Amino acid sequence: MVTTIIYTILSLSLLGAVAAVVLYFVAQRFKVFEDPRIDQVEAELPAANCGGCGFAGCRNLAETLVKSESFDGLFCPVGGNTVMARIAEVLGRQAVTQDAKIAVLKCNGTCEYRPRTSIYDGTASCAIASALYSGETGCNYGCHGFGDCVEACLFDAMYIDETTGLPVISDEKCTACGACVKACPRNLIELRKKWKGNKKIYVACSNEDKGGIARKSCSVACIGCSKCVKVCTFDAITLENNLAYIDSDKCRLCRKCAPECPTNSIIEIGFPQKKEKIPETAGNNPLTVNKD
Amino acid sequence: MFKTFHKGGVHPPENKLSAGRPVEPFPVPATVAILLSQHMGAPAKAIVEKGAAVKTGQLIAKGEGFLSGNIHSSVTGKVSRIEAVTDASGYKRQAVFIEAVADEWFDDINTDTLLDKEIKLNAAEIINKINESGIVGLGGATFPSHVKLSVPRGKKADFLIVNGVECEPYLTADHALMLEKPGEIMVGIEILKKALGVTQAHIGIEANKPDAIALMQKFASEYTGVKVHPLKVKYPQGGEKQLIKAITGREVPSGGLPVDVGVVAFNVGTVFAVYEAVQKNKPLIERVVTVTGKNIKNPANFRVRLGTPVAGLIEAAGGLSENTGKIIMGGPMMGKALAIADIPVVKGTSGILLLQDDEASRNKPQPCVRCGKCVAVCPMGLEPYLLMPLSQKNEFDRLESEHIMDCMECGSCSYICPSARPLLDFVRSGKNNVGKIIRSRKKQ
Repeated sequence: MVTTIIYTILSLSLLGAVAAVVLYFVAQRFKVFEDPRIDQVEAELPAANCGGCGFAGCRNLAETLVKSESFDGLFCPVGGNTVMARIAEVLGRQAVTQDAKIAVLKCNGTCEYRPRTSIYDGTASCAIASALYSGETGCNYGCHGFGDCVEACLFDAMYIDETTGLPVISDEKCTACGACVKACPRNLIELRKKWKGNKKIYVACSNEDKGGIARKSCSVACIGCSKCVKVCTFDAITLENNLAYIDSDKCRLCRKCAPECPTNSIIEIGFPQKKEKIPETAGNNPLTVNKD
Repeated sequence: MFKTFHKGGVHPPENKLSAGRPVEPFPVPATVAILLSQHMGAPAKAIVEKGAAVKTGQLIAKGEGFLSGNIHSSVTGKVSRIEAVTDASGYKRQAVFIEAVADEWFDDINTDTLLDKEIKLNAAEIINKINESGIVGLGGATFPSHVKLSVPRGKKADFLIVNGVECEPYLTADHALMLEKPGEIMVGIEILKKALGVTQAHIGIEANKPDAIALMQKFASEYTGVKVHPLKVKYPQGGEKQLIKAITGREVPSGGLPVDVGVVAFNVGTVFAVYEAVQKNKPLIERVVTVTGKNIKNPANFRVRLGTPVAGLIEAAGGLSENTGKIIMGGPMMGKALAIADIPVVKGTSGILLLQDDEASRNKPQPCVRCGKCVAVCPMGLEPYLLMPLSQKNEFDRLESEHIMDCMECGSCSYICPSARPLLDFVRSGKNNVGKIIRSRKKQ
């Protein structure tokens, strides 16, 4: 009885030892060298796996960062400059900095400004509604408000405001990963330069119709009058397809354009209230101001 | 036992309220908005300018490229503007607005109604004439007919199939046309046979139209090689691939065209338009439109000039009643709900359907109970219960390997689903995305 147990232990131990030796040599033979810096870089990345950098996940970005010679076109929008600086330290390279960005919605067609012309009772998805028709209002370009962007946001930075029917983007939580930009079937969300104090000034409209038609469907639509273009001293505003666009890289936040806009489609957020010029109805529109 | 296709299918209530109503000519409207994109393929390019005087049947826009179609004026008058107008897609598209002053037909268009049996043109001339006349598939898909007739090299057509099925509930436009113009349709079939170089033609008609079947059989007996097939009443019997399967037993391969199995199919409306184009020199400027619905006073079949606003048709049929839930262009299964009633009639408009509130409302979607009914009814043998979540999760590779591109958007799955799940909505969205990927891959 005892001998059986001893034999069993011995034979199994021997088998284990042989297997260990075989496995050791096999492991040596098929060893794959992996740069240890990949793990280090990955540890620095935020592990959000959001895809904002253009790669499938943080690991893929880490691999590419280590393998590539420079940081050209490689940037983690979630981690931002601090994370990129730490990665540069790990890799012993010069850090590159990029302006922080923030997502903004280029539509201010709230229920109040943009009257309903039809009722949609289909699937609550912007992509599907958009494929079926132009939407519940007369505007062919505006927000559907079903929240495809909210669903796409991995950082809980968006929600649909019940009263306005539009998504609200939290300045604190938004990482500018760009998931919402891709999710919006109407390309209403833009990543713009993030200013100190979350100051924002942009054309909150994407309607490319001619002035009269645009105005008819939405009272705060850009009518392409080009008044803002003329007043801008930094050439930051361009007019294309009856729609003004403020380049956030060129804009200096001088705030000359907003009071010029006859339809209040240029939105200013985060600025101290101007006392004399703007009457209460103009300019600042509290409905899209972030509430966090 | 009637012939039919074997895979899937549903049988929604037929509700052919306007059956038996004659085709009434609809008065020429004061203003028409003729859309430049009334066909599959590239939009036509306007060749008239603001202020130009045009006559009925005059070419006003030329097809751009191979897959496109010519557009003709449907009235006589002055071009008031060329502007975007909301079409059935719900988006604004370019259209030529013409204010009608009279109804004077262009140059050599023959407007008499005598049956002209003698076919003078040869095959190439016929195809050319059809191209010039802007004829597209009038069943709804609006595929340019001259493209269908230009059989690619190396392929050969054995049969011509004429689609008189009209499987969509409510619609009776094709039915009314068959009762009205059987002789013309027969000559149209002879023209298409000549153009394709085939000797045999098969007409498929659903068994719920016995009068049309009898009449077409009577007229077909005068010709050789034309046969009428009564088909089982089952939706989507009128789907091209389903019809081909039912009549010939041949199955169009996945991703293939009917001509791959030696068949070319045309709708009866198209066949009539071909007759008028070839024998009477008359371009496609009008079509039969059914105006129907349970709460419409006088369901009717109108012969309507293209560009007539839908609102006018509804008015003529008794007006919009209180409990109208949706206005649909096309049939209840595949038609499109309209956002506004001022949408112009286009070449693909087979009907205007007013659904009551209760008919139009959609139930709240419930979780899938895995009953598999959607799989059982899918005429293309797909698995909608699987395609929907794959589409929601953007699994495009998997969608492609599950043959999502074979979906013809008949809506049988959504119709049958006991959990009221919006299967087709998501399948269509997935199909759009996969289609985009396939197209971009081809470009590379």
